[in-house]
Amino acid sequence: MSRATRAAGFLACLALAGTSVAQVAVRGGTVHTVSGTPVQDGVVIVEDGRIAFVGPQASASIPDGLRVLSAEVVVPGLIDSRSTIGVSGYLNQRHDQDQVEGSGPIQPELRAIDAYNPLETLVGWARSYGVTTIHTGHAPLALVSGQTVIVKTRGGTLEEALVEPLAMISATLGEGSRAGRDKAPGTRAKMAAMLRSELIKASEYVDKRAANDSGKRPERDLRLEALAQVLSGEVPLLVTAHRAQDILTALRIREEFDIPIVLDGVAEAYEVLDRIQAAEVPVIVHATMLRARGETENLSFETASKLVEAGIRTAIQGGYEAYVPKSRLVLFEAGVAAAHGLGFENALRSITLDAARILGIDDRVGALEVGKDGDLALYDGDPFEYTTHCVGVVIEGEVVSEQVR
Amino acid sequence: MLRHLVAALLLATSSAAQDVPQAFVGARLVPITSPPLESGTVVIHEGKIVAVGEASAVEIPADAVRHDLAGKVVMPGLVDTHSHAGDVEGGDGSAPMQPEVRVLDSINVRDPRIQKAQAGGITTANIMSGSGHLLSGQTLYVKHRDAKAIDELYIYRDDGTLAYGIKMANGTNSRKDPPFPGTRAKSAALIRERFLRAVEYRDKLAEAGGDTSKAPPRNLGLETLIEVLEGRRVVHFHTHRHDDIVTILRLAREFDFKVVLQHVSDGWLVADRIAASPHVLGASLILIDSPGGKLEAKDNRFETAGILDTAGVVTGFHTDDSITDSRLFLRMAALGVRAGMSRERALYGLTMAGAIMLEMEDSIGSLDPGKDADLVVLSGDPLSVYTQVLETWVDGQQVFDRSDPQDRLYAEGGYGAGQERLSESALRSIVEGEYR
Repeated sequence: MSRATRAAGFLACLALAGTSVAQVAVRGGTVHTVSGTPVQDGVVIVEDGRIAFVGPQASASIPDGLRVLSAEVVVPGLIDSRSTIGVSGYLNQRHDQDQVEGSGPIQPELRAIDAYNPLETLVGWARSYGVTTIHTGHAPLALVSGQTVIVKTRGGTLEEALVEPLAMISATLGEGSRAGRDKAPGTRAKMAAMLRSELIKASEYVDKRAANDSGKRPERDLRLEALAQVLSGEVPLLVTAHRAQDILTALRIREEFDIPIVLDGVAEAYEVLDRIQAAEVPVIVHATMLRARGETENLSFETASKLVEAGIRTAIQGGYEAYVPKSRLVLFEAGVAAAHGLGFENALRSITLDAARILGIDDRVGALEVGKDGDLALYDGDPFEYTTHCVGVVIEGEVVSEQVR
Repeated sequence: MLRHLVAALLLATSSAAQDVPQAFVGARLVPITSPPLESGTVVIHEGKIVAVGEASAVEIPADAVRHDLAGKVVMPGLVDTHSHAGDVEGGDGSAPMQPEVRVLDSINVRDPRIQKAQAGGITTANIMSGSGHLLSGQTLYVKHRDAKAIDELYIYRDDGTLAYGIKMANGTNSRKDPPFPGTRAKSAALIRERFLRAVEYRDKLAEAGGDTSKAPPRNLGLETLIEVLEGRRVVHFHTHRHDDIVTILRLAREFDFKVVLQHVSDGWLVADRIAASPHVLGASLILIDSPGGKLEAKDNRFETAGILDTAGVVTGFHTDDSITDSRLFLRMAALGVRAGMSRERALYGLTMAGAIMLEMEDSIGSLDPGKDADLVVLSGDPLSVYTQVLETWVDGQQVFDRSDPQDRLYAEGGYGAGQERLSESALRSIVEGEYR
């Protein structure tokens, strides 16, 4: 993006922020509230950025002068529950790739807020298809690659986009964290050993920092402080694991340290459904159309459906891509899952309400209910159909896209 | 004809029951070259389509195996003009142009991606080596038959030769350290130099007039390029950027070769130039879910399909497997429709356009009597996300059946889907403990 374009985009955002009244009414032939039954010929009224009314148009009174949009189908703004958009840029050149820092295998102190670029092309691309919230940040490319952040897909600055500055800490068990020749970790067992060692170190650090005698307290250590937030249960460890044995390693570590984890990827989850279910761990499953090769060679289009069937809370992710396409779109990924056993309603939940619950933001987004953020995606048909278009996107009452995509 | 011999051999070695006609009855037919029929019948026999029409107008032979397909859709097998299924390798790192290298010497026919291509309804594919060379080798056009060895996938042309093309690439992928080119101008210069050498070689052969004592020594690479110069082989040219596309049109004009533009990310910027070139057989697109991933694909967009088609370019698609998954090939045409291509032209793009680009339009690409019995049975609208491929037939043989658990494993994925499929006999030996 040229400096001029970037500046223009920034000014446009300022203009929006300055003049917007953040209120709009959206009529839908079908309004999928997700938390309740769909409303036929419904309307959603957003005032001051929040949903003020959801229901049949017949029982609504749309205030005079309110801007009114209409679409065949209206759903809550979509949530990408695991992405690297805004951190791994679309050009895929060294200057726009901030998803992993190669200097060490364990760097939980790396904050996504210090890397996220709200003006990145792929942020606007995702928004234009109806994605309004993304959980993004460090990629599954190191044993502990760094932190993640939750943002809305709008704004010219982080602050305008921010929902949650520290959402999770990204860890990877498997090929993504295998270091180069003669570097650690070089094996799966070493990965587990290193992660356990670091968590133990963090636990000891917490104890020492609590010493009454300030002279005996160790110096502050950003790395261990970040892991301490995992140990205290404040921040979940987002563990990417594809092979069945890696998923079980993640569950073992969770049990040993009594830490909250969210499983990510899980290509072979169908082999260990009972174990995931028993641990009551939520899952952010890989993009349905992820390439089946290497440790994902046995992935299945039906994994999301099997997870949901087993009663496991499941969201579908756009995920991380190293090459072409540089990002996948949760709308498309959920659509293919819908057609492979998951069904329309569960597929929609997996990129709205269930994603919000896993991310801990369901008090704000994920369903169309009075009081929640006015985030909406408008389509001219079944959102999952290949040939349907996204025709409008609203974030907190602002119409952020009217492109036909 | 050799092709018939191979087909006959296949028929003989598999099930004798396949010798009887097969009638596909009651499905919505999408013949491609004629308007869809709401309830039609297709009859195939001995590897060929023998009848297509309204159910009332087609006589079903008394001995035919009848497939009642009410509510289903039948269309021609899909043609993938650019795939890397088969774990292929082409030229090595020793030189930027290696026309003597044949991809057929590297294809693993048991690669699960070939099973997956069958599951995606792909019946014909152009399997190519990569884009890391200006010319990485000879491609191979294959039928996705069930095979134990590569020769069972061959397609023979009317002159008895194998059907294949030439893989070339410009832009950034083929730019490397010497002896590879370091710039775009150098890339074009190296190509021109080699083609000029082929012109000279051809002239010397002509001067020798069959006198082997006067002919230059055989040169496998230049012999291949002569085939290109004489229009007997099509160049499949990987290209993205608008200026690289125009460079190809310039080279094709200079050496008068036939070319298929592969990927063509910026094709929408130079659609009129592509349409005006008499050397271009067609443009084969890859539509990727997001722009970028590499600099040259930063402007890749779904709209390109409709723009090129409207400009009059024969416009088709490819999987570039494993860049996109062969099981989702129908989806790519649907994305073209999402961005403005007509449904009819998108389905044409998956079938006839590909056939034209492989110069096989007389034998594949549509449901017409006399063409190869390559067809796909779908659960519904070819362009709907909810539609599944139910059956795939190649040369009258069923190669994919979604109701078969092994086939379904490759269609959906699951434990073992990343592994080579074992033959029935191999599976039996394991079960019976032959190797214990």
